[in-house]
Amino acid sequence: MTSALELRQVSKNYGSGPTEVRALRDVDLSVERGELVAIMGPSGSGKSTLLTIAGSLEQATSGQVLVNGVDLASVSRQDQAKMRRRSIGYVFQDFNLLPGLTAIENVTMPLELDGIRTKAARATGLEAMEQLDVADRADRYPDELSGGERQRTAIARAIVGKRGLLLADEPTGALDSVNGEAVMRLLRAATKRGVAGVVVTHEAQLASWADRVVFLRDGQVVDQTVAPPGPESLLAAGDRR
Amino acid sequence: MSVPHALLALLSEGPKYGLRLQNEFESRTGEVWPLNVGQVYTTLQRLDRDGLVETDDEEGERSQKRYRITSAGGRELADWLRTPPGLVPPPRDELVIKVLVALQVPGTDVHEILQVHRRHVIETMQRYTQVKAAAAEDDVALALVADAELFRLEAIVRWLDAADVRLKQQPPPTPAAVADLTLEAIDPMEVPQ
Repeated sequence: MTSALELRQVSKNYGSGPTEVRALRDVDLSVERGELVAIMGPSGSGKSTLLTIAGSLEQATSGQVLVNGVDLASVSRQDQAKMRRRSIGYVFQDFNLLPGLTAIENVTMPLELDGIRTKAARATGLEAMEQLDVADRADRYPDELSGGERQRTAIARAIVGKRGLLLADEPTGALDSVNGEAVMRLLRAATKRGVAGVVVTHEAQLASWADRVVFLRDGQVVDQTVAPPGPESLLAAGDRR
Repeated sequence: MSVPHALLALLSEGPKYGLRLQNEFESRTGEVWPLNVGQVYTTLQRLDRDGLVETDDEEGERSQKRYRITSAGGRELADWLRTPPGLVPPPRDELVIKVLVALQVPGTDVHEILQVHRRHVIETMQRYTQVKAAAAEDDVALALVADAELFRLEAIVRWLDAADVRLKQQPPPTPAAVADLTLEAIDPMEVPQ
C-alpha cells in the first residue's frame, strides 16, 4: 500500500557557497494513513522546513516527495497546487481563520477554490464540522466563536473533503497545557479516522500524543521512538514506587 | 504516597469499613496505586494506636470493624495536606550522573547519550498519554495522576534539551572538574538551606 506521505532522501539547501545552509540532509520518512507522527528537534533543526516541503509549499533541493504515491516533482505547478488543495490540510499556530468569512465559509474555501459548487461544498464542510462537534456554529464569524471552537473549525478546514494528509506546525501555539492537549486529542482522533498526520512541536507532552516521534538534529533524522508497549505495562505493581 | 493520610482523607467523609476503604483508595487514585487489604488493616491499626482513628463500639456485619476519624486525625490530615513534600535535597539523579560520566569517557558522543535518554523518556510519556487517552472523560483522578508523571518526565526532556544546547555552545568541562562534580553528585551532599 502506498504511504500517504513519503520523503526519500530529501535535502534542502538555502543560499550557496560559503553562506549555504543545509536545512535538511537526506531525510527519509513515511507516514501511513491512521498514523500521527510528531517531529521534534531543537530550533534550527529543520522541523518547519520538513513540514513545508512535505506540504509542497517549498521545493526540495534534491530527493523525492510523494503524496499518496505521486511524486510532486512529476506534476506541473498547476497540478501541484490542485493536489495540495485536494489532499493536504494545514493547521497553523494561530489557526488563521479569515475574519470576514463565517466558520463554514472558512472550512469550505479550499473546496470552492477547487471549483466545487457552494451547495455541495457546504454539505461536505458540515460533515467535517460535525466530526469536530462544531456544526451548530457553522454560520458564526470567527470573532463570535470561543477559542476552542476556532481550533475545531481550523482542524475541520484541514480535514474537509477527502484529504489524506494533515500537517500541523506547533498547532497548540500559546495555549495552556490542558487546551493544548485538547488540540492533540482532536488531531489524534482525525488520524484515527484514516488521515495521516504530521505535527511539528518542541513540546514533549504534545509529542507524546503521537504514535511515533521522529527526532531531527541539524537537518537529519537521528532517531525515532518505537511503538510503545501499551498503558497496561505502567500499571504493573512492580513499576510503581 | 502516604497510605495513612489517604485513609484519613477517605474517613473524613464519614465512617467506613476496611474493605470499602481499599476499594475507594484504588478507584480515587485512578487505580494506579494498587493496595492490598492487609496493608489497609495494618495501617488502620497503627492509626488507631496513635489515636487518629477509632472504631465503633458494636461490630458490624461479619464482625468487621467500622472506622471513624478522630479530631486529632482531622488535624493531622489538615497539617499533612499543607506540608510541602521534600523537594530538597535533590534526589541523586542517576541521569545527571550518567551524563557527567559520559563527558569523561573518551570516544563517547555525549549528544548520542542524551538522545538515547530523550527517546526513552518520551516513550514512557507516550505510555502515560495512552493511559489518559483511554480513560473515561470524567476520570479526573486518573488524568491528574498521569499529568503529574508527564510533567515530571517533561522536565527531564527539557533538561536533556538544555544540556544538548549547552554542550554544543560551550566546550565540555575538563575531566577533573567533571570528576569533582560527579563525586559530589554521588556522595550525599550538604544542601545549603
